[in-house]
Amino acid sequence: MNRILATCAAEFRIARRNRWVTISALMMVLFGMVLSAAGSAPTGALGADRLSVTVASLTSLAVYLVPLLALLLAFDAVAGELERGTLPLLLAYPVSRPEALIGKLIAHLAVLSVALLAGYGTAALAAIAVDTRALAGLPALFRLFWSSLLLGATFLGTGYALSAWSRRPSAAAGLGIGLWLVVIVLYDLALLAGIVADNGGFFTTALFPYALLANPADAFRLYNLSASQATAAAAGIAGAAATIPGWQSLASILLWPLAALGLAIAAFRKVTL
Amino acid sequence: MTQTLTLSKVTKTYQGVTALDEVSLRVSPGERVALLGHNGAGKSTMMKIILGLIPFDHGKVEVAAAAPGSAAARARVAYLPENAAFHPALTGEEQIGFYLRLRGRPASEAAGLLERVGLGSAARRRIGTYSKGMRQRVGLAQTLIGAPDLLVLDEPTSGLDPVSRRDFYALLDGLASDGAAILLSSHALTEVEARTDRIVILAKGRVVAEGTLADLRRQAALPLQVQVTPAVDKAGAVLAALPGATAAGRQVVLSCAQDDKLPLLARIAALNGAVADVDIQPPSLEDIYSHFSRRDGQ
Repeated sequence: MNRILATCAAEFRIARRNRWVTISALMMVLFGMVLSAAGSAPTGALGADRLSVTVASLTSLAVYLVPLLALLLAFDAVAGELERGTLPLLLAYPVSRPEALIGKLIAHLAVLSVALLAGYGTAALAAIAVDTRALAGLPALFRLFWSSLLLGATFLGTGYALSAWSRRPSAAAGLGIGLWLVVIVLYDLALLAGIVADNGGFFTTALFPYALLANPADAFRLYNLSASQATAAAAGIAGAAATIPGWQSLASILLWPLAALGLAIAAFRKVTL
Repeated sequence: MTQTLTLSKVTKTYQGVTALDEVSLRVSPGERVALLGHNGAGKSTMMKIILGLIPFDHGKVEVAAAAPGSAAARARVAYLPENAAFHPALTGEEQIGFYLRLRGRPASEAAGLLERVGLGSAARRRIGTYSKGMRQRVGLAQTLIGAPDLLVLDEPTSGLDPVSRRDFYALLDGLASDGAAILLSSHALTEVEARTDRIVILAKGRVVAEGTLADLRRQAALPLQVQVTPAVDKAGAVLAALPGATAAGRQVVLSCAQDDKLPLLARIAALNGAVADVDIQPPSLEDIYSHFSRRDGQ
């Protein structure tokens, strides 16, 4: 445990020095402000409180940003140590490979927490400032926060795995962007194309819900939207959220981080020096 | 006495190329052993096997009475990699503090360790601003954590100036007298000379020579170089009296086997008036090293 904490403290310090903490927090604050400004229009019509509407908007934002931030934090984790030549010495110490990875994971989750607190916090304050009913949306915001961390953990773990497989930071960064594009952007487009082509057939009724659950980002969106009072404010797959039980999407966002960490540890174990 | 490190008939091949071929080695507590060899002779491979960083194919390795790379072994072994590297964003003190905590010791000991390697004043600067020699000292500082039983040092003196090198060997002497076993590698015999108890020469993955410097000198049995300075106008007489000698400028030089040294000196002394001076040069450390490392058909 001590070794995990030591690794975590060193990694967090490195992230702070490299300005990752500042950059990611600023990025989230910026988007939080833009969203709360842009999302001010529909409230009256929907009758939902301002913060719940903001949470729905933040969910759509987090689906894109959180995985991207996580992959940016993760790509250097193993490949960077290999390139700098710091890995052999680290592994000669009485710290196991899983311990080293978990230490990095906790540090990167801490960086992500700072960014999320800053971004979501800004949006929440903006909502509460203009609408006193907005406090009713706090549970939804809290749920968005921890589920965002779980989504982040999934992509951190996957990022470590890519970092260990590719052995070079530049290759790991490229693979990370590719993964983001496929899982976050193209996956949904492909599903959409499938639904259009299928026209209400087997794919739409039987496979589609599982296809959504299988993707950690879609499961994250489903979970937050199905639990939210303001689903109507969100476009896209919100309709599907109604048909899939909340426990299923919750199970998906809980299991994915574990699977990703397992993948990362397996990939890291295969790294030869 | 129990051995701190034992390798018996260790073999390692990389994709059909033999990196280590039935290598055996023992290092006792308090013993300083130098591992010499060209680049690619197998020194780093051997060290990584000892540390458990890479697997080996055949043979047996025991480190501090445990399997290499096991938690018990890693707790007792310190390592200095070749060209030690650290994260440039951390300060020397933070980096050593991290390594201290990995060994279950308080990070506050970092300042003292950096002081011991002469980095006290730079401890709070980022490692990114350090010179190569300073990074090497950070590497040395982390090997001193927690009085390890075995130190595995891959070319520890590369990048150090002669004064730092002497300080480094003084540190090693202290560790060895406290009972630490030390295995260090180098590609120059001149660097390790009198500061180690035993020298092991590796060539193409095999141990080609092993012993103290005096042992190696005797085993190599390389000829001595004798330089005779003739008295004025006596060069011809000296050349004639010493078969096998050649003129080199004002001097007459010849080589002679170790066992023939005294008879030769007696003959030179007998020339008394014709000889102004005599110098004897034993084979240099480089000569001895080349002799062993090239013997295997290189």
